[in-house]
Amino acid sequence: MIRAILAGLAVVLLAVPALAEVKVQQVTSPRGLHAWLVEEHALPFTALEIRFRGGTSLDRPGKRGETRLMAALIEEGAGDLDAQAFAEAREALAAEFSFDAWDDALSVSARFLTENRDASVKLLKSALTRTRFDQDAVDRVRAQVVSIIQSEDKDPDAIAGRVFDELAFGDHPYGSSRNGTVESVSALTREDMFDAQDRVMARDRVYVSAVGDITAAELGALMDDLLGELPEIGGLIPPRAELLLPPGVSVVGYDSPQSVVVFGQEGIRRDDPDFFAAFVLNHILGGQGFASRLMEEVREKRGLTYGIGTYLAPMDLAETWQGSFASANEKVAEAIGVVRTEWARIAAEGVSDAELQAAKTYLTGSYPLRFDGNGPIADILVGMQLDGLPVDYLVNRNSYVEAVTAEDIKRVAGGLLNADDLRFVVVGQPQGLDQGD
Amino acid sequence: MIDLLRWAAVALAFSLPAHAQEVSTFKLPNGLDIVVIEDHRAPVVVQMVWYRAGAADEPRGVSGVAHFLEHLMFKGTDKLAPGEFSKTVEANGGSDNAFTSWDYTAYYQRVAADRLDLVMEMEADRMRNLILSEDDWKTEREVIIEERNQRTDSDPSAIFGEQRRAAQYLNHPYGIPVIGWRHEMEGLTRQDALDWYRRFYAPNNATLIVAGDVQPDAVRALAEKHYGPLEPSAGIAERKRVSEPPQLAERRLSLADPRVSQPVLMRTYLAPERDPGAQDKAAALTMLAALLGGNSQTSVLGRKLLFDTRQAIQAGAFYDGTSLDDTTFGLYVVPAEGVTLAAAEKALDDALAEFLDTGVDAAQFERIKTQIHADLIYARDDTRGLANEYGQALTTGLTVGDVQDWPRILDAVTAQDVLAAAREVFDRRRAVTGWLMRDGQEETMQ
Repeated sequence: MIRAILAGLAVVLLAVPALAEVKVQQVTSPRGLHAWLVEEHALPFTALEIRFRGGTSLDRPGKRGETRLMAALIEEGAGDLDAQAFAEAREALAAEFSFDAWDDALSVSARFLTENRDASVKLLKSALTRTRFDQDAVDRVRAQVVSIIQSEDKDPDAIAGRVFDELAFGDHPYGSSRNGTVESVSALTREDMFDAQDRVMARDRVYVSAVGDITAAELGALMDDLLGELPEIGGLIPPRAELLLPPGVSVVGYDSPQSVVVFGQEGIRRDDPDFFAAFVLNHILGGQGFASRLMEEVREKRGLTYGIGTYLAPMDLAETWQGSFASANEKVAEAIGVVRTEWARIAAEGVSDAELQAAKTYLTGSYPLRFDGNGPIADILVGMQLDGLPVDYLVNRNSYVEAVTAEDIKRVAGGLLNADDLRFVVVGQPQGLDQGD
Repeated sequence: MIDLLRWAAVALAFSLPAHAQEVSTFKLPNGLDIVVIEDHRAPVVVQMVWYRAGAADEPRGVSGVAHFLEHLMFKGTDKLAPGEFSKTVEANGGSDNAFTSWDYTAYYQRVAADRLDLVMEMEADRMRNLILSEDDWKTEREVIIEERNQRTDSDPSAIFGEQRRAAQYLNHPYGIPVIGWRHEMEGLTRQDALDWYRRFYAPNNATLIVAGDVQPDAVRALAEKHYGPLEPSAGIAERKRVSEPPQLAERRLSLADPRVSQPVLMRTYLAPERDPGAQDKAAALTMLAALLGGNSQTSVLGRKLLFDTRQAIQAGAFYDGTSLDDTTFGLYVVPAEGVTLAAAEKALDDALAEFLDTGVDAAQFERIKTQIHADLIYARDDTRGLANEYGQALTTGLTVGDVQDWPRILDAVTAQDVLAAAREVFDRRRAVTGWLMRDGQEETMQ
């Protein structure tokens, strides 16, 4: 079998699986709004994705959490309908709407049947443009958010992430929980919600994609109707965040048999010419699946964790290279030592040709597998627009991966990865671990 | 609306199948059942092998062995070095993993459609030819103990769920956690794993599901080539677990933990599951869960506890009838600040009594049925989800026919059926009521 597989690999290098036929149309509406569309008439529904760039970074000082609370209230009453009547109307149409907000964007995701399209869009439009923010809805959802904040204050994963973000970004919005604090959320008013909505959900920062049973002309008209009444210009997105992140180890005491660890250092911009080298490097070091060096060294060889992974986080306003794992309190010091060793080893030596080849085959082969449904495709297309990528990236992306050489990786690893720059945040009762900056 | 409890989403899972014309089934002479679900929109395929062996089939004293073996299945065969399986899948651009439940253990790979031959060859190989070296099993036992640390012991709500489940089942092994009790996991051996493997891993105890851009004839040919030569096992008997005695006494339990910030009230009732040819009661309970707790704004508990009395910040119901033996029907309330768990429980009981008294809101009932019709369309956009539905059903005693009848049976449920099912299931003698509390703010349980 091993021989058979090696033979198989040789074939793979020549024949990367075909990309699903994703024919993207760039649609411009009569009123000048843009969208990416894939017509797929096999199923009688449409997946629609809308993003407003900025997201929770637009929270005003002292009002942390306002964008997320606002996003959660969009479906809690609009126009003539209170929260319950709105939900009944949506259910009667079997339409699905969801709203979320994170550091760089607010998202609107919708799915509606062709037979109910007009009524569904009308209902969604009322949610986006005639949100009621009724006081009882604000209070009800606020209580839910406060409960989540209080739970996060006692959740080791959330604590580790929050402490890491504070160390990395300080007072910048990236440096605190996007949910806000109990104090900040408790002080938010109904007026804050209207204000936040006008600054976040504006036409000068909107991106749209649609996949499904809809034509370009229909989508253009739909967008003008749905988004045409939103404010033309929104609030100012804050400047880039300075990465503070001092190296060292922070320990947050927490009574649990296991320590949660979040670690990281500076990352790389999405538009950096070396981004793909770093992307392939990350896959080899700690990427998805069981094949990464960290998974091999920390889990497979030593049984120190159930899982460990790293990822590049190229956000709009800052970049980090982060990872996380959890280990028993008595093992976590050893696991951190292994991470440091592997970090230094790959920075000094780069990667082998076999590792590079395996990573490329995985990354190029897995890319087309992402395009397996209307919803996932719409999500990818709107994400590409947020990242400033052209439509032909769909076709060219694998060639960018293929172009990465072992020399590129060695150069990028040597220039970017530095075990001495790593900051570890450990939440638990680690044994034999020195805290220090 | 914000979800406080992520698993609450199961409340509105209708478990809907693909259209019949897209599903083909056949059986190999060695007993392997095969289901092919066609979806030609993308050149992707999912292979899943589901074994009719889960944690509830474990011998006493070796809890966790089903899941331990699941991990060890990646440790190699005569032809494949440890870890080589996943590395090969990944080197072909695919992803793979496995999962264990009380009724089944399943393995899957997601690859480009032209790689099906390769993953079938490997999956067939490890069905009968697993090798466990001395080093591998010991390290992997450390890994599963770390998994338990991470998923259960670090999370008071997971501990609470584990204890509640143990109290729900007086005799049936559904009361034992899939991951295993820690003290028994620590004693698991290579021999325990091999005994388990030899007993259950055979073509006549498995279902192969292939979903995606494939033709049934091609799947049949590949399956005959790779799985066809495997010997069936003579030791596969009908699964008959011990059954529950009459449950005659209500159980109540409470847990206070310093890591809890939000108290929660949870109650589960023993409830019937979907049976082959007899899914009506499970369908009524599925509708009941949707009516009581499917949506915060429109469900019975949402309207009553979040909007009318405002005693809760979240409330809901959950039920999953896809189970070999008796399952549970669950209710939960997350009390608002200042509302005691005792008051929350009374509010829940009052809401249930009022529901049984006033009956089903016809408009809400109609909207849920509309949702079921729409979900039949939406479900077809998710081939992996469909493969899961079939895999779960076929390893919990149901047939392909049962799966395909399910939407019709759901649609035929009447308001009277729902109320009759509710009256039958809401019997406190068969219920476990649990209070999860903040340390230092314990209430005395009534």
